[in-house]
Amino acid sequence: MPLIELKHVVGGYGGAPILNGVNIAIEKTDIGVIVGPNGAGKSTTLKAIFGLLKVTGGTIDFGGENIANSLPDKLVPKGLSFVPQEKNVFTSMSVEENLEMGAFTRSDDFSQTMEWVYEMFPVLREKRRQPAGELSGGQRQMVAMGRALMSKPTLLMLDEPSAGLSPRYVIEIFETIQRVNKEGVGILMVEQNARQALAFASKGFVLASGQNRFTGTGAELIADPDVAKSFLGG
Amino acid sequence: MTELVFFTNQVIISGLVLGCIYALGAIGITLIFGILRFAHFAHSELMTGGAFIAFLLASAFAAWGIVTPIPTGFVVLPIAMVLAAILALGIDKGFYAPLRKRGAKPVTLLIASIGVTLMIQGLIRLFFGAGSYSFFEHEPKEVFRFDMAGIGSTRPLVITEPQVLMILVTVVSVLALHFFLTRSRLGKAMRAMADNADLAQVSGINTALVVRVTWIIAGALGCMAGTMLALDVTLKPDLAFNIILPIFAAAIVGGLGQAYGAIAGGLLIGFAETLAVFNWTMLLRPLNAILPDWMQLPATLALVPTEYKLTVAFLILVVTLLVRPTGIFKGASS
Repeated sequence: MPLIELKHVVGGYGGAPILNGVNIAIEKTDIGVIVGPNGAGKSTTLKAIFGLLKVTGGTIDFGGENIANSLPDKLVPKGLSFVPQEKNVFTSMSVEENLEMGAFTRSDDFSQTMEWVYEMFPVLREKRRQPAGELSGGQRQMVAMGRALMSKPTLLMLDEPSAGLSPRYVIEIFETIQRVNKEGVGILMVEQNARQALAFASKGFVLASGQNRFTGTGAELIADPDVAKSFLGG
Repeated sequence: MTELVFFTNQVIISGLVLGCIYALGAIGITLIFGILRFAHFAHSELMTGGAFIAFLLASAFAAWGIVTPIPTGFVVLPIAMVLAAILALGIDKGFYAPLRKRGAKPVTLLIASIGVTLMIQGLIRLFFGAGSYSFFEHEPKEVFRFDMAGIGSTRPLVITEPQVLMILVTVVSVLALHFFLTRSRLGKAMRAMADNADLAQVSGINTALVVRVTWIIAGALGCMAGTMLALDVTLKPDLAFNIILPIFAAAIVGGLGQAYGAIAGGLLIGFAETLAVFNWTMLLRPLNAILPDWMQLPATLALVPTEYKLTVAFLILVVTLLVRPTGIFKGASS
């Protein structure tokens, strides 16, 4: 049984639907990457899973139940975590407080999880007393990911984690995502750096106009001449 | 020395007391703005309403013949604060929550809060009339006079018992608030939501709970400020309505959404107002002895007449907005 499965999901912000039947299935061991042109509904898909917009059709199965239209404060304890693309850190709060907020739904001792996050991002341990707003873009992205990992998710969703980062940090963030995945966290992410992300994706989904256009492993999609021509810039 | 003691009585003590009241009121306004993003005008009525709740309790205590070692107003304050917090929660549930649910703009909530202001003021007038009441009808207001002859002053240092307690209670509450915001899970969640409400929701923070806690703190501190003001002067239906503008100025000067800013802004405006209306001749009188006859100080030398006290808050507000638009502590700009 997949970790998460979207079947014919239709949804939007109240007007005309933006998603017109999206199908996605991710296993716990998968790194799933959603690519596609602007306005294809990539970020919208993640937001629909996370209850941030209205799902009017289809089902989203996660952990054996349909979670469509559940709100984040119910989803986070179930093992779902989301890193938005922008404004994804609490700028006025210290790095450590940011991480604590990620563990808000947990009532158990989360010091070990924090240790795990600091091991993954040693620079955050150094800067743990500093306000997150003072960090560089790449470090902020680490805080954002660390915050999302503090709830010990089984599925981590990332909305364009490499957006606005320098090439050095893009590689670092992609490596980190693969490491997190190896630690047993399923990944579902949206990426503009499509070719680079598909290279390590075990599942790739090409969306256009709110529908699946191509689905396959990352390597298959890169090799597909149609996908390459229409969506990966030749 | 007499002049310095007079200055302490008139400016330091009065300014501190006024500053404490402004600060406690401004904390509520700034927290509500930080969490719910609207200017809560009816905060003055939470203060006045809280003071009337405390007054009713104090009168009941007096009627039952309960004698307290400190002014009854302070003894009943914790109970009054709980009731005022419930009142604040009720107002939110009855008026603002339905509007938020329909996605109302901040300006709509602002107008609604003006409506709430008029409504509560009307209700208070309906039950208590337009007259004024004193917390000290059944007990004396104790005044401490410290003889300052030792340092060569003919005047004593004067401070009332309520004033001493007021300053103490404010310090304790501000410290408690500080520890709540920096140490507790819920306090940090409040700061997180003020910082970035969308991300707070995404993190799984129970935003409805944070909103409730905000109203509880705002209502309780508002009640404290209102009761203190009533203890220092007299209790009347427009008690806090008259000072809501300097309180807003304090919150904005400190930086909207910043609790510490509200405290700094409150004290700043409290002191500035008292300094502005202070009769400087009283302090500078000894200079008359060395000044030539044609330069003698006038009998009254104040920066502004007492009636124009309110303008001081606005002057500080305008200057702050020109020099540092987000306030001393860099609050929200919108």
